[in-house]
Amino acid sequence: MTRTGPSRLAALLTAATLLLSACAGAGASDVPGGVAGTASTTLNVYAFSVAKPALDALGAAYSATPQGDRTAINTSYGASGDQSRKVLAGAPADLVVFSLAPDVTRLVEPGIVDADWDAAGQGSPFGSVVVLVVRKGNPKQLHDWDDLLKPGVQVVTPNPLSSGSAQWNLLAPFARSSNGGEDPAAGLAYISRLVTDHIRTQPTSGAEATESFRQGTGDVLLSYENEALAAIDAGDDFEIVIPPETFRIENAVAPVATSDRRAEAEDFLTFVSSPAGQEVVAQAGYRPADPAVQARHTEFATPQKLWTIDDLGGWPAVTASLFNKDSGAITALYTEATR
Amino acid sequence: MLALGVVLLWVGVVVALPLAALAALSVADGPLGFVRAVTAPGSLAALGTTLLLSVAVALVNAVLGTVIAWVLVRDSFPGKRFADALIDIPFALPTIVASIVLLALYGPESPAGIHLNNTRAGVLVALAFVTLPFVVRSVQPVLAELELDAEEAAASLGASNWTTLRLIVWPAIRPAVISGTGLAFARAIGEFGSVALIGGNLPGVTQVTSQYIAQRIEVGDPTGAAAVSVTLLVIAFSVLATLRLLARGQRRAVA
Amino acid sequence: MRLSLPARLGVRTVALAYLAVLVALPVGMVLQRALAPGLATFWASVTTPAAIAAFNLTLTLLAIVVPLNVILGTVTALVLVRGGSFRGKALLQAFLDLPFAVSPVVIGVALIALWGAGGWFGGLADAGVRVIFATPGMALATAFVTLPFVVREVEPVLREVGDEQEQAAATLGATGWQTFWRITLPSIRWGLTYGTLLTVARGLGEYGAVLLVSSNLPGVSQTLTLLVHARYHDVANTYGAYTAATVLMGLSLATLVATALLNRTRRHP
Repeated sequence: MTRTGPSRLAALLTAATLLLSACAGAGASDVPGGVAGTASTTLNVYAFSVAKPALDALGAAYSATPQGDRTAINTSYGASGDQSRKVLAGAPADLVVFSLAPDVTRLVEPGIVDADWDAAGQGSPFGSVVVLVVRKGNPKQLHDWDDLLKPGVQVVTPNPLSSGSAQWNLLAPFARSSNGGEDPAAGLAYISRLVTDHIRTQPTSGAEATESFRQGTGDVLLSYENEALAAIDAGDDFEIVIPPETFRIENAVAPVATSDRRAEAEDFLTFVSSPAGQEVVAQAGYRPADPAVQARHTEFATPQKLWTIDDLGGWPAVTASLFNKDSGAITALYTEATR
Repeated sequence: MLALGVVLLWVGVVVALPLAALAALSVADGPLGFVRAVTAPGSLAALGTTLLLSVAVALVNAVLGTVIAWVLVRDSFPGKRFADALIDIPFALPTIVASIVLLALYGPESPAGIHLNNTRAGVLVALAFVTLPFVVRSVQPVLAELELDAEEAAASLGASNWTTLRLIVWPAIRPAVISGTGLAFARAIGEFGSVALIGGNLPGVTQVTSQYIAQRIEVGDPTGAAAVSVTLLVIAFSVLATLRLLARGQRRAVA
Repeated sequence: MRLSLPARLGVRTVALAYLAVLVALPVGMVLQRALAPGLATFWASVTTPAAIAAFNLTLTLLAIVVPLNVILGTVTALVLVRGGSFRGKALLQAFLDLPFAVSPVVIGVALIALWGAGGWFGGLADAGVRVIFATPGMALATAFVTLPFVVREVEPVLREVGDEQEQAAATLGATGWQTFWRITLPSIRWGLTYGTLLTVARGLGEYGAVLLVSSNLPGVSQTLTLLVHARYHDVANTYGAYTAATVLMGLSLATLVATALLNRTRRHP
């Protein structure tokens, strides 16, 4: 026995594996008590993590419709930029759902996504707004962007160098301080003070930022409204403060042109943009693109001023002037501030 | 030899080829681009932080890892098996979980009142956690194989424990300690997941090179990322090679 | 060396205190958070369809990678220690150390640079052979990070043990295979055991590289570590991350127990 130890081990391991691989019950659902489902078509969706509640709800709702009842969606989640690069490198996506348009336009040039994916605005069926997330009771009484600059206030937001979706967070105060881009210097002045005096950590992603905040770091977290809602639903003692002026987050959705299941993907997207789909999206905490549905949902407070990416000239311009790795103004501020 | 051929093929496909592709990527902007990417202020700061902390943690675990290996091999006490089992856990625990847990233990809400978040000390703790098994598991088998005759002979001749340690035990385990320390160092400089939350990713203070590399990928600079990666590789590799040479030299001296 | 009782207790205390603070505390915390809501909740969390699929995939990957790296690792150690010198030996040694030096982020980038669309072997994907974003890619990533363990554990033991017995066997007429099976293998048992254990443990815990090369679709291509990642990023399920992590630690522990049982009769020094 002693001399055949290693081969015994190998045999044991192999046997165990074969046995357990025959373990029944494998499937895609990660809900306790969930069952492996059956569907004739499965759409592979590559999405950014924050979209999970919306996509779960949309998938379930779609399966309940006559058109979608043989279609299931299976979603891979991750940071928006990471997912986008993965699809670029060949990941088998049928549909992409990303945090911001640049992550989709990256896929246009190699032909993975059609150039007209957002032609009639259909590329952005839902989104959110940038909000301030504070501890329960709002102990530091933070209500607006200027409050963040009060002495001693610590702000948590991901580093825009390592998180594409972090850019939304910084565009909100920038747009407000620069009056929609008219006075970029003023906007940058605010960001500079924020980054230099009030940001102590540089989480690489939204999830890291939220977890950091959850574990006690910082007084306020900049985040998506829907992510904050989800965290509160899950039991975190947070409160959401919507500043009077903030930014509209427009997520980016597109079917993959090179996929075999393109027709089914487009059908699903049609559903998402339909009133029924928009209603599902709203109930999951996201702001629907459909104004009628949005108006019905009064729980979504309307800030005094909601800036949009178009106000600032569109993503290509914003990326070039603010977030470009070499010449972006905000990128430079981040690099300077932490020297 | 067939054996050698198979080995070379395996190591080639699994290790050498991907790294070759990486090296090719790193010079896609030419040698000047490579140098520029590596000497960027952010890159240098991250490298400095990484090397400093990795050396520190490797030395700490060299000493304590050897002590632990000694205790596990030569000592006996109730619960020794349990202690032995603990050693491999850092390997099996995904770095995300280590990250969350370390922040829970040593972050702002630390139950023990120890706040190491956003500090180098916090990063050190995370690195010590993930590199602990290397020295222990490197020294353990060698110590277990060590015949006690030489030590007993020395004792019967009147040698003190310290002399025995210095002249008999240490030379026998030194290669393993050095090798384990080198591995701990190499692992530490590449560590990513576990330091993320507790370190806070502060450039120049707690941002380690792997975080910097990930950042470069995110901003759309895969070539720069590859360049810094290759640099990190070369550093780790040089250290390991040097230690290997030292160990071989000592083996010859002892033989 | 016989340590006096105070010295022995002192050393033991230092070792155990360090272990306790560094490892036992975090592990205890994971267990506490995973098990606090009760065993039923824990069980439900680790038996979701996605969790079972992840468990299967993790074990499948180990079943592929571990035997390969154990066998080839042993052969490599023999070649390095007993094989004399040969051209490229130093280079081989170098490559064996490299996996330790490479960050998971870097491994992912390197593998995609090689096997991804647009990579050196990107043409394979067009020919229908899926490597990256499929099980072979994940196996390659796991093999990469676990490659050196068995070699590096067996090598020093082989050196320490020396080859007198093997030479004696050869002069007595034993074949190479007999010598290996009856003399060499038992003598390296400890190193081989530890090496295998480390390979399994490290393979279980691999996360960064596999994350990058997996298509990361639940129920299809998530290992247990990727499941932890998925659950963590799903804001509501940090608890689920802890339970999956507990399963991983349990698997590592099970391997340790199994190898301890298989090596029950140890040679007392």
